[in-house]
Amino acid sequence: MGDVNRSLTLEGSEQGFATTKVDALLGWARKYSLFMYPFVTACCGMEFMALTSPRFDVARFGAEAPRFSPRQSDLLWVVGTISQRQAPVLKRIYEQMMDPKWVMAFGTCASTGGFYDNYTTVPGIDKIIPTDVYIPGCPPRPEAVLDGLMLLQDKIARNERRPGVVKPRFDPAHNVAGLVHLRRSATDARDLVPALRDKEAKALAPHGGREA
Amino acid sequence: MSQVVLDKLRERFGAAVLETHSQLGDDTAVVDPSKWKAICAFLRQDPALDFDLPVDLCGVDYPDRAPRMEVVMHLYSISMRQRIRLKTRVGDEDMAGAELDSVTSIWPGMNWLEREVFDMSGVHFRGHPDLRRILMYPEFEGHPLQRTYAADRTQPLVPYRTEAEAGMPLHKLEPFGPDEGMPFGRMPPRPEDD
Repeated sequence: MGDVNRSLTLEGSEQGFATTKVDALLGWARKYSLFMYPFVTACCGMEFMALTSPRFDVARFGAEAPRFSPRQSDLLWVVGTISQRQAPVLKRIYEQMMDPKWVMAFGTCASTGGFYDNYTTVPGIDKIIPTDVYIPGCPPRPEAVLDGLMLLQDKIARNERRPGVVKPRFDPAHNVAGLVHLRRSATDARDLVPALRDKEAKALAPHGGREA
Repeated sequence: MSQVVLDKLRERFGAAVLETHSQLGDDTAVVDPSKWKAICAFLRQDPALDFDLPVDLCGVDYPDRAPRMEVVMHLYSISMRQRIRLKTRVGDEDMAGAELDSVTSIWPGMNWLEREVFDMSGVHFRGHPDLRRILMYPEFEGHPLQRTYAADRTQPLVPYRTEAEAGMPLHKLEPFGPDEGMPFGRMPPRPEDD
């Protein structure tokens, strides 16, 4: 692959031309033509339907075309809980897909098994197949899934195979002042002296409370 | 209202009805397992009872009781608009003798329910036409709803990828810590937690 990675320069044109790397060009082309194989097993499928319908419109990302043959698809969406009984099927579907192929873990169950911590459920599909992007949520909102899709496209463009996780856009733990805290004693200093509470909240806020 | 049903059962089977219980229109009869099928046939065939809808069948494990496994059946009569809950207790502490007569000849709909009770609780139904597992896979060992089945025991069909193979940690935070969730213990703490 060494030859492919070197940058190509074309001689001649005075009108100007673009130079790129073959794999960067391939990545750019691939990231907008994802043919998906929906492996939908549980309630997350409802959010998946919302994602593919016009309101959220996954077609904007060039990833709307489902192919129900693993031979013709490059993106495996694992949507929902995977039981131990289903694990061989999932593995086989993954193995039947042609390279290059990517895997999205849609929802908490596909990512980690969720709260199904027992004999029935695979604790995360990465125990069985390599996973590219994890989308937490029970179920995740379509916006989170679109975040995950953009993350995957970025990975494809950069030819990056390390896994990625969709982060929450709003983390309630950052809003410390708006949360109730465990009161250690009846006369907790934080309740009596609001200034102290504000100081603490400022220290715990992101960026040391310098913003806002 | 369906106290009538319990009365008829007691009148017909006497000592085979071990206990009865009524509360808020809910009637329960605990019966002798050897009379299980005869009582079911009576409930189905008697015109004043006419229990034609088998609602549910399940097993409940009480590991500290003498007959350990309780099999619970719910019946409904569409014509008489009455319900009954029928219980029986089978099996010693090693689940020996956990057997019942199948009632699939009385209600064909009991076929899959009996398979489920067999699969989950390990009760055998004599005379069942096709007593196989229905929810778990054939390779599965044991019966997961028995209290003696370890809560953290899994039997994967596909060997899990190793962390070396994956190139990343696969052991994520469990939803419940060792001291949370189920009271009888989860996975042992990992060495890096110490």
